[in-house]
Amino acid sequence: MADLSVNIGKLNMANPVMTASGTFGYGLEFEDFVDLEKIGGIIVKGTTLHHREGNPYPRMAETPMGMLNAVGLQNKGVHYFVDNIYPKIKDIKTNMIVNVSGSQIEDYAETARIINELENIPAIELNISCPNVKQGGMAFGVTAKGASEVVKAVRDVYKKTLIVKLSPNVTDITEIARAAEDAGADSVSLINTLLGMAINAEKRKPVLSTITGGMSGAAVKPIALRMVWQVAKAVKIPVIGLGGIMNWRDAVEFMLAGATAIQIGTANFIDPAITVKVAEGINDYLERHGYSSVKEIIGALEV
Amino acid sequence: MKKYILDLTVTENTRLHDNYVLIKLTQDKPLPEMLPGQFAEIRIDGSNTTFLRRPISINYVDHANNEVWFLVQLVGDGTRKLATVEKGDTVNVVLPLGNGFSMPENTEKKLLLVGGGVGTAPMLYMGEALKKMGCKPVFLLGARSANDLLQLEEFKALGDVYTTTEDGSAGEKGYVTMHSILKTTKFDMIYTCGPKPMMMAVAKYAKENGIECEVSLENTMACGVGACLCCVENTQEGHVCVCKEGPVFNYKKLLWQI
Repeated sequence: MADLSVNIGKLNMANPVMTASGTFGYGLEFEDFVDLEKIGGIIVKGTTLHHREGNPYPRMAETPMGMLNAVGLQNKGVHYFVDNIYPKIKDIKTNMIVNVSGSQIEDYAETARIINELENIPAIELNISCPNVKQGGMAFGVTAKGASEVVKAVRDVYKKTLIVKLSPNVTDITEIARAAEDAGADSVSLINTLLGMAINAEKRKPVLSTITGGMSGAAVKPIALRMVWQVAKAVKIPVIGLGGIMNWRDAVEFMLAGATAIQIGTANFIDPAITVKVAEGINDYLERHGYSSVKEIIGALEV
Repeated sequence: MKKYILDLTVTENTRLHDNYVLIKLTQDKPLPEMLPGQFAEIRIDGSNTTFLRRPISINYVDHANNEVWFLVQLVGDGTRKLATVEKGDTVNVVLPLGNGFSMPENTEKKLLLVGGGVGTAPMLYMGEALKKMGCKPVFLLGARSANDLLQLEEFKALGDVYTTTEDGSAGEKGYVTMHSILKTTKFDMIYTCGPKPMMMAVAKYAKENGIECEVSLENTMACGVGACLCCVENTQEGHVCVCKEGPVFNYKKLLWQI
């Protein structure tokens, strides 16, 4: 057995496999399928200061080797999370991480401050990249100035590990990543979904209620891989790679490109047990190539 | 109920008329418990355009042969690919998902099971469960034409069967809500599954006549376990996942304008 442990900020993870926010519920939805404690980190559904009903149905469109979603951050708000969800997940022995979203800087900071008080939540992932909310997170994630402001405000009140999730819907993602790093982020995760669209030709109507939505799944992997490679060269903080990872080989590719850890998202819908299989597959790869630690393959791409 | 990811083996794949197949699956171990109205997420292998699993309702569980049946309508690339499986092939399923229909408090209740098109599928397993507990389920099955009325012999073995077709090629001509049985018999409870306009018409009839009614929804779905929040229906309690809180709902919980 190779050493699969990695560190993100103050986080110690047993392995580099995490779940992507919005694809794994609160973890509990998958406990029939996988031993949650064998996953390095579980990032739970996006949480906002106030309750959000999200966008109207329909919210999903299947696309070739992928899908579009337009959920719009449906959640019952951070206070509901603290009172009703946290007690159910706080004793799961892995890194339970909350994805924090908002539409104004004060809301992000207040939500982060509340979660900072939760003993068994060692990190947050700041979502400055949701494409499905009006005046939403993505407004902060598309400019270096916006990213810097929101990350600084949260950094002031949040003392644990701060991960910032980046949008790919920008001209130069490395510029946003550097702004997040300079503002005090411990890590950046990328990519969030790519803005896309689906049309029903027979009905001459958009498939999604919001017309456009966020694309994920196997089809986005080459774009995600390229961006992870670019960002890993541009920043000193650890990078968490995600976007279309369907199996252990995809995960290894992201790590070779420079990711310290990876997240599995849409693949959970096709194989609800994929997370643990990826961790096992990474171990097999390391043993086959004679590596004793997964850290040896981070950024080990030979160019 | 515990959910499972299973590799099941095809024992039979029968074409029922042009657009439907009946796929029967088994495994060596006993199949898990499944309730009428629950569904499975079936992985589609070997289709270039199909990425997600397909949610398919449980048509029947043949306990004697340890088989679960799925009635599949050929709609798009995914279901067309699924329809090509052959005896001995492996099909990966996640089941049982969602909540089933509620069972009546006693066997005296007059129960009507209304199915439309491929929506008749869960009514077979439900009908059997009701018959087993001593009820006398009545089936009202609707379709476009005679060719779309499926599994009639199986339904007749469980109770009285009434049919409607839009073209009049079998049973009474028209929609299920126009059938004469609704004028001559007062039911206590209606269970329905089918196209949304049909279920809305059935729920409207139930509302106007003071009858309890459960409907089974089929909103477009991704994860099937309440994680992605894509398949939501607007209810008295806000947006809820059809896959986890449903697919069966008392119509009164929904915000249907009926």
